[in-house]
Amino acid sequence: MDLFIKFLVAAVLAGTPLLFGTAGEIVSEKVGHLNLGVEGMMSIGACAGFMAGYYSDSFLIALIAAALGGALGALVYGVLTVTFMANQNVTGLTLTIFGIGLSNFIGVYALSFSPNGTLKLPEGITAHMRSIHIPGLSDLPIVGELLFSYNPFVYLGVVLAIALSFYLSRTKTGLNVQAIGENPAAADAAGIRVIRWKYINILLGGAICGIGGAYCSMIINSGVWISNCVGGLGWISVALVIFAGWKPANAIYGSLIFGALRVLKYYVPKSYVNVPVAVYDMLPFLITALVLVVSSMHKSKGVNIPASLGLNYYREER
Amino acid sequence: MSAQISKEPLIRVIKRAERPPRQVTMLRALALVLAIVAGGVFILCLGYNPISIYGTILSGAFRSTMAVQATVKIMIPLLISSLGVTLAFKMKFWNIGAEGQIIAGAILASYFALYHDTWNHWVLVGVMFLAGAIGGGLWGLIPALCKVKWNTNETLFTLMLNYIALYVVDYLRDGPWKDPGSQGFPKIARFSKNAMLDKVLGIQMGWIIALILVVVLYIYLRYTKQGYEISVVGESSPTAKYAVMNVRKIILRTMFLSGAVCGIAGMVQATGSDITLTENVAGGVGFTAIIVAWLAQLNPITIAIVSFLFSVLEKGSSVVQSSFGLSTDCADVLQAIILFFVLGCEFFIRYGFVVRKKGGAS
Amino acid sequence: MSQKESMTSAIQCHQITKTFGPVVANDKIDLEVRYGEILALLGENGSGKTTLMNMLSGIYHPDGGSIEIGGKAVTINSPVDAMNLGIGMIHQHFKLVEMFTAMDNIVLGTPEKKLPPKVLRQRVLEICQSVGLEIDPDKRVYEMSVSEKQTVEILKVLYRKAKILILDEPTAVLTPQETQKLFAILRRMRERGCAIIIITHKLQEVLEISDRVTILWKGKSIATVNTKETDRRQLTELMVGRPVVLSIKRPEPKNVATSIQVERLTVNKPDGTVGLKDVSFEIRSGEILGVAGIAGSGQKELCEVIAGLTKAESGSIKFHGEELLGKSPMEIFDLGIHMGFVPEDRLGMGLVASMGMVDNMLLKSYRNGKGPFIDRKPAKELAESLVKKLEIVTPGVETPVRLMSGGNVQKVLLGREIESNPSVLITAYPVRGLDINSSYTVYDLLNEQKEKGVAVMFVGEDLDVLLELSDRILVLCHGHITGLVDAKKMTKEQIGLMMTGSTEQEVIS
Repeated sequence: MDLFIKFLVAAVLAGTPLLFGTAGEIVSEKVGHLNLGVEGMMSIGACAGFMAGYYSDSFLIALIAAALGGALGALVYGVLTVTFMANQNVTGLTLTIFGIGLSNFIGVYALSFSPNGTLKLPEGITAHMRSIHIPGLSDLPIVGELLFSYNPFVYLGVVLAIALSFYLSRTKTGLNVQAIGENPAAADAAGIRVIRWKYINILLGGAICGIGGAYCSMIINSGVWISNCVGGLGWISVALVIFAGWKPANAIYGSLIFGALRVLKYYVPKSYVNVPVAVYDMLPFLITALVLVVSSMHKSKGVNIPASLGLNYYREER
Repeated sequence: MSAQISKEPLIRVIKRAERPPRQVTMLRALALVLAIVAGGVFILCLGYNPISIYGTILSGAFRSTMAVQATVKIMIPLLISSLGVTLAFKMKFWNIGAEGQIIAGAILASYFALYHDTWNHWVLVGVMFLAGAIGGGLWGLIPALCKVKWNTNETLFTLMLNYIALYVVDYLRDGPWKDPGSQGFPKIARFSKNAMLDKVLGIQMGWIIALILVVVLYIYLRYTKQGYEISVVGESSPTAKYAVMNVRKIILRTMFLSGAVCGIAGMVQATGSDITLTENVAGGVGFTAIIVAWLAQLNPITIAIVSFLFSVLEKGSSVVQSSFGLSTDCADVLQAIILFFVLGCEFFIRYGFVVRKKGGAS
Repeated sequence: MSQKESMTSAIQCHQITKTFGPVVANDKIDLEVRYGEILALLGENGSGKTTLMNMLSGIYHPDGGSIEIGGKAVTINSPVDAMNLGIGMIHQHFKLVEMFTAMDNIVLGTPEKKLPPKVLRQRVLEICQSVGLEIDPDKRVYEMSVSEKQTVEILKVLYRKAKILILDEPTAVLTPQETQKLFAILRRMRERGCAIIIITHKLQEVLEISDRVTILWKGKSIATVNTKETDRRQLTELMVGRPVVLSIKRPEPKNVATSIQVERLTVNKPDGTVGLKDVSFEIRSGEILGVAGIAGSGQKELCEVIAGLTKAESGSIKFHGEELLGKSPMEIFDLGIHMGFVPEDRLGMGLVASMGMVDNMLLKSYRNGKGPFIDRKPAKELAESLVKKLEIVTPGVETPVRLMSGGNVQKVLLGREIESNPSVLITAYPVRGLDINSSYTVYDLLNEQKEKGVAVMFVGEDLDVLLELSDRILVLCHGHITGLVDAKKMTKEQIGLMMTGSTEQEVIS
C-alpha cells in the first residue's frame, strides 16, 4: 500500500511535464495547427526558465522566462504557418530541431562561464520549487501525501488544464476558437478574427509548453542543468493529445496514466513480474500507437479531431 | 447606423501570378543568404566573430584528408535516409519515421552481423544489405497499412514507431544480444571484421551505396512508371483514381521502399561506421533527413548536395567546439534557421504583401 | 448617381476590380442596390458574380474601385466590417461548422456575450416564427439536409440583423417548393425594407423575384434593367453577350446503334445517400446524349459509374452486350472498350495541375510498353500535335498546366481523351468557365466525335446549349430519370420542369 502511494505520487510527478505539453498542444491544435515543435518549445522553455532562474534566483521570473521562451518558439511557427502558410509538419519538426539545438547550445555556452563545470540552481529558487506544505492538510495520512505534497508546478498544471477546459468549452471565445479549428472559412465569414485567434492560441500553447520545459530542467534533475533534458517528453505530449481526445481536462488523467507508465518499472517488484526495462519504456509509445490506430478504426463524427487540423487558411483562396 | 469600420490593414496578403523559375531560384538563394546572416547575428550576440566561426566550419570540414573523410562519413546516413523520406514525401505521405526505419534496418542487419559472421564476407554483406532494406521496409509498411485500411494519421504513428524501435534496441542490448564479454555493462558486442563494410578510399563503402542510390532514385522518380505513379498520387488522389491507379498498392509499395532506403542507411551506419548496434544508430539523422529532403525540393541530385553541405556544417561545428568551446549543436541551430528562411520564402512564389496606399479610402 | 432616387441606395459600387493572379475576375464593375428592393445579379458561370459579392462581404479585398454603403464611402476589410455595415451573405457553399448545432452556428462570431442555451434557443425560434422558417436549434449541421443548412445560413444573417442580404445561387440545391418558400421569405424581407441581392443564372427565377437585374458578362457589368420592362430573350442576350442564336451545329446522327445499355442502375454517394436510383437508358454511337439536371442530381455518379470509377449497388451497364459492372477499368480496357472521360474537376481529377502537358498526356497511357520505364516520346509528340491542332496557348509543353488558362486546360484534357480513340466519350460540364470561342471549339470537337461514330454523353447546365447540341436529352432529378426526350422537340421550359421533378408525361400533355 505504501509502495502504491509512492508509485502514484511518482506518476503525478512524471506526468506533470506531459500535462503542460499536452495542454499547450491542444490549444494550438484547436485552431487547426498541428505543431510538431512541442519538443522544441519545451526545450527552449527549459533553457530560458533555467537560465533565468539561475541568474535571477526568482521562481516567478524563471516561470515567466520559460513561458516567453516557449511562446517565442511558437511565434516562429506561427509566423511561418499562419502568415507565410508554410507546411505545418515541416515547420514544427524544424522548430523541434531548432529548439533542442538552441537550448543545448546555450547550456554548453553557459557552462563555459561556470566555475565548477556544472550549473545548479541557487538555493533561493529551489526552496520555492520544493513540495508545498500546508499544515494540517499535507499531514493527513494518504490524502496528504497524494494530494498536498507536490511542487507548485503540479498544481499550476492542473489549474491550467481546468481553466483551458473552461475556456474552450464554456466561453464564447472558446466556441469561436473551436469553429476556427473546424472550418476557418466559416469562422471567418461569421466575423471571427481567424488570424488573430490563431496567433493567440499558438502563442498561448507555446507558453504552456515552455513552462512544461521548465519543469524538465528545474525539477526532474533537481536543479542541475543537463543537455537534452526534455528527452522526448514533447513527442509523447503530441501523442497524448489524441489520447486525451483534444480535451484539456482529459489531459490530466492522460498524463497521469502516461506518467505512471514511465515510472512503472521502478515499482513493479521484479520477483512477481520480470519484464525487461525496455518494455516499460516502450509502453507509453506502444499504447499511444494503439490508441491512434484503434481511434482511426471507428472514426465517427463524434471524434474531436479539429476538422481543419494541418491545413493552412487563406481567406482569398478559391 | 453607426458602423465601426476598421481602417484598411497596413499590410495584407495577396495572391499573385506564380513567379517564373528563375525568380524562384533567386528567392531561395536570398533566403539562404538571409539565414546565414541571421545565424551570424546570433553568433555575434554570443560575443564571437561570425566570419571566423563560419570560416572555421568550412576549414574544419576540409582541413585534412581525415577531416574530409569524417565529413563524408557523417553524410552517408543523412544522404541515404533523405532519399528514403523523399519517396514518401513525394507521395505526400508524412513519414516522420525515418529514425525508426533506420533503427529497424540496423537491427535486422545486425542480427546477421552478430550471428552469421562466419559466412563468406560478400554473401554476408549482401544479406545484411537486404536485411537492412527489409527491416526498414517492414517498419515503414506498418503505418502505410493502417493508413490505407483505416486512414490512420501517419505523422503521429510513424513518430511513435521511432520510439518503439529505439526501445527494441534497448531490449536487445539488455537481454538477448547483450555482450557476454562486457562484464555486466549493457552493450552489444562489436561486430567481427568479417561483418564490417569494406573501406573505399579510406571511407566505409557506404558512400558508394549512397551515390548509387542517388542515381537510382533519380531515375526511379523521373523515368519509371512507378515514379510517375508516386507523383500523381501525391498530387491528387482523385486524379490517381481517374487514371485507374491502385492507390492503396502504390502507397504500400512506396512506403515499403521509403522505409527500405532508410533501413539501408541504418545497416550502413551500424556495419560501416559504428561496427556495433547502439540506440544512437539513427541519432536524429532521420529528422535532419526531412529538413534536407524539403530544402532540396525532393530532388535526389539536390539532396546529395544539401546533405553534403549539412555534413560540412556538422563536421565543421565539431571543430568550432574544440577551438572555441561552442557546442556542436550550433550545426542543428543553423540548419533549422536555414530551413525557416527557405520555408518563409516559398510564400513569395505565389503570394505577396501589399502595403496600404497613403491616404487610402477609409 | 447624382439622380435622386425614390428609394435610398444601400450599396453603390464604382469601378470595382479584382484579379486573381493572371485572371481578371472583376473588371471595373458598377452596381447599385437600394433598400426595399430585390436585385438579381445575372451572369454565366465565371462572369464574376460570386467574386463581386465576396468583396461586399469582406472575404475578398478589391484591387481597385470604391464602395458606398448607405451613401458613405467604406472599406470592407473583413467579414466583421461587412457585418457591422449590416451586410450578410448566404454563400453558395455553406460556411457552417459541421460539428456545431444550428444555434451555435447562428451566434458564432457575434460580439455579444455567451447566452444560456435556453435563451438562445428561444431567440432563434422567435426569428424563425417572424419570417416563417423552421429549424431544430439543437440539430447538428452534419445531420442536416441542404435546405436545412440553408435555413441556418439565413438565420445567421437575420440574427445579425443584416439590412443587406446577399444570396449566392440559393436555389441551385432546392426543390421547386423549397424555392417558393425561400422567395416568400425574401419578399417579406423586402417589405421590411431590406436590400437583397440574389445571384442566379436561372432566368425564370430572375423574372419572378427581382425588381431589377444587373447583368455581368466576363467580369464586366454590362447592363442593369428593370425586371418589368424586360423578358427572357433580352436577358439571355445580355447574359451571353450576344443574340442567343447559338447556332451550334447539329449534324444528323448516322448509323445510330446502342453502345452502352444501362439497366436499373443504382449508385450510392460516398456518404451513403442515394446518387442514382434505378435508372435505365442507353447511349448510342453516332449520337450526343445530353444530360440535364440541377447540380447534384446524380450527374457525377452517372459519369463515374460508366467510366468504371465508382461501384454500383445494383443494375447493369452493358457495352454491346458485354457487362461492364464488376470489371476493373483495366479489364474493360483490355476488352477493347476505350472510354474517354472529361470530368467536371479538370485540374483536380482529369489532369495533374503541377505537371506539364507531356506528363499529363501520359496519365492514362503511362502503362503502355513493356518494362519499368515510361516512354515519353509519343506523349511529347501528342502534346505538340495537340498544341497545333487545338491552338493551345502555352509557353511550352513542359509548363505546368495549372499556369494555363481555363480554356486551354480544357483543350488539353479533351484533346487527350479524344486522341485515345474512345468508343464512348463522357463529358461533364466541358464548357464551364470557358469563353464563348473555347466553348465552340468544344462543341465542334464533340460533333466531330459524334460523326466518327463515337457514343457521346454531354452533361451540361446551360439548357440552350443542351437543346441545340444534343440529339436526345436525359433529365435527372434527385437521382431519378424524369425524362428521356428528343432534343429537337423540346423547349427549355419543358426541360426545366422535368429538372424539378415533373415527369415527361406531365410536361408533354
